This record gives sequence, structure tokens and C-alpha cells, in this order.
Amino acid sequence: MSLDIVVFGAMFVVTLGAALAMLFARNAVHVALLLVLSQVGLAVAFLLQGAFFVAAVQVIIYAGAIMVLFLFVIMLLGVDRREALNEPLRGQRQLALGLGAVLTAQVMYVAWQGVDLAFADGGETVLREINSGDGNVLGIARVLFGRYLLPFEVTSVLLIVAVVGVMVLTRRIVSVPPKPDNETPSLESEEVAV
Amino acid sequence: MTEVSPGYFLALAGLLFTVGVVGVLVRRNAIVIFMFIELMLNAVNLFFVTFARMQGNLEGQVLVFFVLVVAAAEVVVGLALILLIARRRASLDVDNVSLLKW
Repeated sequence: MSLDIVVFGAMFVVTLGAALAMLFARNAVHVALLLVLSQVGLAVAFLLQGAFFVAAVQVIIYAGAIMVLFLFVIMLLGVDRREALNEPLRGQRQLALGLGAVLTAQVMYVAWQGVDLAFADGGETVLREINSGDGNVLGIARVLFGRYLLPFEVTSVLLIVAVVGVMVLTRRIVSVPPKPDNETPSLESEEVAV
Repeated sequence: MTEVSPGYFLALAGLLFTVGVVGVLVRRNAIVIFMFIELMLNAVNLFFVTFARMQGNLEGQVLVFFVLVVAAAEVVVGLALILLIARRRASLDVDNVSLLKW
């Protein structure tokens, strides 16, 4: 038994187990920490497949930055709030589980079809060529800053738009008393009422 | 490079994606629903990396970065919206947010 198989098995169990435990964790903080565990497991999966740079980015950005943002918001809104686990809509749980089973079957089928297509012309040798040459990071840089330069620049626009949008959304509105001659209440006066 | 067949990685990604879908459907806390969306995006990243390995080029790994950027922007905007809703309603339950107009 090769070491790869052992590592893959452990990663599979940890990643999927953490994801399944997320379904049953009541506390939002527990859900966030289980998601971090699942993401670290996925980083191991990336490492196993030769995506070294993606694995590092996965740990730094996803398990680091994004989950800290989640935890920050959870703490800001109060951790002690627990979600009631009973479902007011009758039959919604069963429907969701049935849909999940159908979706699992579909995704598995499509995945296996994809494997068949990829290996139709004896693709075993292809598997080893991915990091040949200068290595993973340089290879990614060549693709990202060569063929995908324009999409890369567009993502910076997306990030700027997101930052500005969030600043506009969460700005504190200074409360001014509504003018007496104003028929429709303005946004500011609505803030006062709330 | 591992000898484990890509099919097993694809199976793991599919299962993670399904768990994410079921979580979005079952849970009612808005932040928790957001975290399940993150789980789905992660599963898609695993699909991309596995397909990159199967095809023998790095474009799938580059696509992961674009998914990452979109996920970051989506999380920032979504959490800001959740924050605003929670301030007004004092509740994170998505069942309570059923009116378009306050």
C-alpha cells in the first residue's frame, strides 16, 4: 500500500467528515471551524495533485482571510445566538435530502463520464506532465500573465467595485430630523424611526 | 504526483458539492448558509484542479484563482448585507426576511 493512498484516505475522511459535521453543528462558530478543517483537507488534496501554489493560496486566503472575516461577523453579531434546528416548513428536510441524493447520483455519473473521456486515448502519461519544466509557480505565472492577462485585470476591477460597494452599503447614515414640508419621508428619517 | 486515480478526487468534490447544496436547503442561519456556499465553491475548485491534472495543463489551476477572487468579493458584499439585515431585524433567520419592503 503506497503512502499516497493512506494520505488520500485520511484527507477524504477528514474533509468529507468535517463537511458533514457542518450540517449538524448548532453553533455558527463550530460551523466556521469545521469549514476551516474541510478547507485545509482540500489543500492537502491540491498538494496531492501537484497544485502546490493553489494549495498554499487555499490555506492563506480561504482558511485564513475569508474565514477570519466570517468569524469576525459572527462575533460582531453575537456568538451565543443558537439556531433552532426544528423546521417550520413541513417536508422540507425530506425534500432537501431527496434532492441531495439525486444530485449525488448525477454528479457521480458526470464525473465518471469525464474520467472516461479523459482517458479514452490512454492519458496515463498526461498525468505526469503537469509540473514539468520550470515548476508549478512559474507555469501558473506564464498562463495567468500570458493568455489570461485581461481577465486577471478585470478581476481587479471586480475587487474595487466590491470594496466601494461595501463601504457605501455599511456607511453610517447621519440622522437628520425630517423637514416639515417634506411629504415622503427620506431615507434619513426612516433610519430615525428604526 | 499521486497515483490515486482522478476519479476519487472527482467523487470527493461531488460529495462536497452535494453537502453544500443540502446545507443551503436545510439550514436557516444566513451566515451558515453563506458558509455552505463557500463549501460549494471549494468543491468546484477541487474539480478544476483535478481536471487540470487530467488534461495535463495548468489552466484549470489558473481558473481556481478567478473563483477565489469572485468568492472573496461575494463574501464581502454578502456579509455586509447580512450585517445590515441583522442590525434592522435583530435576527439572522432567513425565514424572517420575507418582505421586500420594510
